[in-house]
Amino acid sequence: MARNSLIRTADVKGALPVLLPFAPRGPAFDALFLVRWLGGIPAWLIALAALAVPVMALAQSGIGAESPFDKLLRWMPFLISKGFMFNILISFLAMALGTLVGALTGLALISRLAPLRWLAQAYVSFFRNAPWLVLLFIILLAFPFQITLFGHTVPLPGWVKTVIGLAFPLSANIAEVVRGAVQSVPTAQWEASESLGFSRRQTIWQIILPQCVKRMLPPWMNWYAILTMSTPLCSLLGVDEIISLTRQAMEAEGNRPELLMPFYSFALLLFLAYCYPIARFTLWLERRVAVKN
Amino acid sequence: MTPWTPDQPLVSIRNVHKSYGDIEVLKGISLDVMKGQVICIIGPSGSGKSTLIRCINALNDIQSGSILVEGQEVHDPKLDKLALRRKVGMVFQQYNLFPHKTALQNVMMAPIKVLKENRAEVEARARDLLKKVRLEGKENHYPGELSGGQQQRVAIARSLAMRPDVMLFDEVTAALDPETVKEVLVTIKDLAADGMTCILVTHEMGFAREVSDHVYFTDKGVIVEHGAPADFFGNAQDPRTRAFLDQVL
Ligand SMILES: Nc1ncnc2c1ncn2[C@@H]1O[C@H](COP(=O)(O)OP(=O)(O)OP(=O)(O)O)[C@@H](O)[C@H]1O
Ligand SMILES: [Mg+2]
Repeated sequence: MARNSLIRTADVKGALPVLLPFAPRGPAFDALFLVRWLGGIPAWLIALAALAVPVMALAQSGIGAESPFDKLLRWMPFLISKGFMFNILISFLAMALGTLVGALTGLALISRLAPLRWLAQAYVSFFRNAPWLVLLFIILLAFPFQITLFGHTVPLPGWVKTVIGLAFPLSANIAEVVRGAVQSVPTAQWEASESLGFSRRQTIWQIILPQCVKRMLPPWMNWYAILTMSTPLCSLLGVDEIISLTRQAMEAEGNRPELLMPFYSFALLLFLAYCYPIARFTLWLERRVAVKN
Repeated sequence: MTPWTPDQPLVSIRNVHKSYGDIEVLKGISLDVMKGQVICIIGPSGSGKSTLIRCINALNDIQSGSILVEGQEVHDPKLDKLALRRKVGMVFQQYNLFPHKTALQNVMMAPIKVLKENRAEVEARARDLLKKVRLEGKENHYPGELSGGQQQRVAIARSLAMRPDVMLFDEVTAALDPETVKEVLVTIKDLAADGMTCILVTHEMGFAREVSDHVYFTDKGVIVEHGAPADFFGNAQDPRTRAFLDQVL
């Protein structure tokens, strides 16, 4: 890992510091930044946090009036089954769509057809750098609320649009993952394959990509975790996912300010708890890939 | 053009020039290899040995000159590359096996996917080849589970599975432990004894002397001196050859 390579120091005694290139301090960019952070949290801390709500509810019970934690405890089944499950559904669908489009775009990025490559490059640069929420709003407004396909009119509800809106930036990032993995395969593999008479297409599909899958999996899962944590953006588009429902639940409970922390913390906790095993699994996978090479 | 016949050189290289950018790496190389001949190319690092050998199967292009393999111009833009690559096998210094395939699959892949041959026939041939390179029992091992010398022998079998007419070896023992060098050299010697035409780049002088019919010494992109091994090693004329041999022998 090039983790420390950004921090340069003069090896030579008396070397002029002004000759050293400026380098920002801190760890280098890491394709697994989210899962590395999340996966680095000890499991007992997550477990402890998960127990916080029932314990707090227990501790504050018997005060007379129902405590915020009792209220949350009452709402929990609803918030999870109707809210969080919908976030998961959105994340699955957006991931599927984004992976499909991203894989195709990634292949276009390494195409020998220059115009195709440029087009893919423009797509990737734009959607990797555009703010997700703005993209979501554009998709929401640009797409009609129903479309007519072969004479059938299919409604296009808000949540479908958010799936599409999340898939765009995701696909651009997946394309970059594909490109990076392909480029990490030594050129010697291309040459060995070429010298055996494989065509370029055969080389990509039968030699290069199969070797890439293992390398792509960890960053791909990192993007899944990022995507999942981004699904609350959909609440701003009126989709009834966890954050929208949390807000509605608090309204039903009279919008009391002491509800804010427990209710939103619970939503946050759900995301962390869901992504935590994914992060641990990703880190385990990554270690395995590293050992094999 | 008259068709190629076995009394003509199988590989004929004429006045080949090759540059990387402004740097000329091959400065007019000519040599012939007859069918069944084994030739060795030796020379200091950077003299262009790998470049030359890679030009023979069109992994590199050339700026001028001609390379004929069985009478066919390798650097003809209309060349059927597949036709060339079934004739020319190549083994690399770093083996370059496909890491996601077993030894047997590595050997079988190209005949099945590229030549579209019958799987059962290819498998029988691949098992024979692995036996020939003395790797019986390693068929289902992945490259990562094999030693360098074993991987290199799989790579040789993989090339042979395409039934080439000439084999190119580019320093195939340079990355190996001293103990495993021998097993690979024995494999190549067996091949040569079977009549395979071989072009070898090597740093193993004893081996070059023993196995080859002709030795070429290259330096800075030209062939400085060449001859039959006994002559070449016993009676080198050019001071550059002598200096090189003094250093490596
Ligand atoms: N792809 C390339 N681009 C630019 N220069 C190259 C390239 N490949 C080789 N060269 C240069 O061409 C010259 C000849 O290289 P080559 O690999 O053919 O030498 P060699 O005789 O095989 O050396 P060695 O014994 O170290 O393998 C070297 O100076 C090398 O730096
Ligand atoms: Mg070389």
